[in-house]
Amino acid sequence: MADGVAVSVEDVSKRFRLYQDRGTSLKERLVKRGKTRYEDLWALKHISFEVGEGETVGIIGHNGSGKSTLLKSICGVLQPSEGQIVVNGTIAGLLELGAGFQHELSGRDNIYLNGSMLGLSKKEIDDIFDDIVEFAELEKFIDNQVKFYSSGMYVRLGFAVAVNVNPDVLVIDEVLAVGDERFQRKCINRIREFQDQGRTIIFVSHAAAQVRAICDRAVVLDQGKIITVANPGEAIRVFRDSLLAVEDRVNPQQVPNQDDQALPSSTNPARSVRIDQVRVNGSIPGVQPVITTGEPIKIDIDYHATSAVENAAFTFEIYAGDGSTEPVLVVRCASDEEGLVFDLNEGYNTALITLPTWPMTDGSYFLNVGVATRNEGMMFDWKEKAVMFETVYSGRNEGMLSLPYEIVLREQ
Amino acid sequence: MSIDADKPGGTPSSPGVVERKKVSRVVSAKTSVPQRIVAIWASRELLGHLVRSSIKVKYKNSALGLIWSMVSPAMTLIIFWLVFGVVLHNAIPNFVIYLFSGLLFFNFFQTGVQMATGTIVDNAGLVKKVSFPREILCLAAVGTSGVFLFFQAIVMVIFLVVLQYAPDWGLLWLLIPAFLATAIFSSALGIALAAVNVYLRDTKHLIEVVLTAWFWGTPIVYSFVNTIYPHISHHGLTWIYMLNPMSPVVLTTQRVIYAHPIVHLTSPGAPLMELLPSWGWGTYLWMDMIVISVSSILLWISLVIFGRLEGNFAETL
Repeated sequence: MADGVAVSVEDVSKRFRLYQDRGTSLKERLVKRGKTRYEDLWALKHISFEVGEGETVGIIGHNGSGKSTLLKSICGVLQPSEGQIVVNGTIAGLLELGAGFQHELSGRDNIYLNGSMLGLSKKEIDDIFDDIVEFAELEKFIDNQVKFYSSGMYVRLGFAVAVNVNPDVLVIDEVLAVGDERFQRKCINRIREFQDQGRTIIFVSHAAAQVRAICDRAVVLDQGKIITVANPGEAIRVFRDSLLAVEDRVNPQQVPNQDDQALPSSTNPARSVRIDQVRVNGSIPGVQPVITTGEPIKIDIDYHATSAVENAAFTFEIYAGDGSTEPVLVVRCASDEEGLVFDLNEGYNTALITLPTWPMTDGSYFLNVGVATRNEGMMFDWKEKAVMFETVYSGRNEGMLSLPYEIVLREQ
Repeated sequence: MSIDADKPGGTPSSPGVVERKKVSRVVSAKTSVPQRIVAIWASRELLGHLVRSSIKVKYKNSALGLIWSMVSPAMTLIIFWLVFGVVLHNAIPNFVIYLFSGLLFFNFFQTGVQMATGTIVDNAGLVKKVSFPREILCLAAVGTSGVFLFFQAIVMVIFLVVLQYAPDWGLLWLLIPAFLATAIFSSALGIALAAVNVYLRDTKHLIEVVLTAWFWGTPIVYSFVNTIYPHISHHGLTWIYMLNPMSPVVLTTQRVIYAHPIVHLTSPGAPLMELLPSWGWGTYLWMDMIVISVSSILLWISLVIFGRLEGNFAETL
């Protein structure tokens, strides 16, 4: 294994044998001998990639793409059926926060138990014990039994142990969605510190925004295979494409409008809506529009519906960033979450989204637009970076946001 | 039991800074036994924590706590003493000591194997979510049983003092090879059975039955020399009885603690009886060493079995 490589996944495959009602007692085994049927399911197929030291790599994929299996294999909870994974240095996995806690024991005892499971000696745990307690904000409760902890406290303790053992490689599986917002921010900050210290992070998430915000590179998995390893922006685009492909696979026979017999069924109904063009304030493709702070934003979405669609929802995201820094999410709106769904007619049409005032100050922004069925059950189309635009701010205030205010004197 | 008790073996490091040497770990379906042993050795502190926490959890809300670990064997002891010593009147002097010296290590073996067999299934939550050498769980079960052994040994010492009974001081060191033999044999059996139990849950129940039979196949309640030997020696079958690794171990502890191979019975006329084999210490040591060697080979084999079966633990549980 080359120097500077923290984790090397070498041609790893994992087979799951799915038994139909396999007995676990001797009697059942004997009675059903030779009759138990099983199917082989290859959750991972010939996966190879390397994670360099100090790198943060995201693993994205839809449910069932094998990302959790891969992560568990890297942590050593599962063994690959073929191939091997070499981990250079200590590894701490956050597969589930608080896994391995003994409910009957106190928080203090659990820190020692958990720490030693992560490979620390007692002396090392002594050194970081106070940091863990402080990070978890459990000073008052550390000698209480863990079974009396609230779920938030439980999760905080789990995260605190995992990040404070300072492993060379930290593996995180969608656990950042826990705790209150303040604690989440604390976790993200801690992860950034980790990155600054040159440690390696492997991060699994559904949340494209988190991957974009944290990762240097991302691996996209689909059906147990790697589709791409690329920078987060590109990987997320490929991931969205693969989502569309999955929907083609899953719903090939599904016809959105069963009543309309006359609909032309030449194109795939799962892709029955396509976004052709997106314009911001009437922009022309190729020319970056400039929006003055405080102006309204009008987003025109030209779409083509090959068949009529009921209950469609529009989704848009605006990010701040010009590509040189990590993009920051300004706003994400999914219209169906606010009860706004639309019945789209067949043919070429335009949807208009209006934001009455644009409050952000100077900078570069970009817009992602998507059309989906209600609750994102099926994504018809998604345009990543559909429009990039600049904002100029003519006021004198500092900050990201321009807030109108007034001052009056209330003299008695 | 305090988790803060100072423990040797911690690597020295400058305060505040956690410095660790680089370790490489390979996750693969084909890890060799030496690799497994290295991984187990690296996690030895975890073993200590697991033993401590299992004892803490077991007696968390009980007033008597660890005393319970002595009550059950004490009960067995009292019943056997009443049945064989008093009711059936086997006339062996200080029969309680004879029983206790045999029970001590057999309990260690029995409890250890029984707990180890169920441990992987019982700790499914851990096995599915946290990565560490799984054999540690089995070793922790044997270790926990070792803690019980320690407390029972204290009771034993109290008995000896109260009855003013002296063990064979000169042979006391023989308890060390006997202990090692039991510990290694229990671990070997426990590791293999724990892995099998994941796939065939009958194993746990089966082993309980087998261990009960095993108890009677070991010369604890009766005398090997007096009861078994005369029946099988002229067929040349003594070795079959000695295939049970617990027999030499139990004979050793009896020889050390009971100390008198030949005793005057308490029945009228006080006839002499050869209760224990009157071998020299060399023979006992030699037998124990054989058990240690064979058990070590068994341990190796059980690590191979465990390694083969381990790959699918997380899915099967």
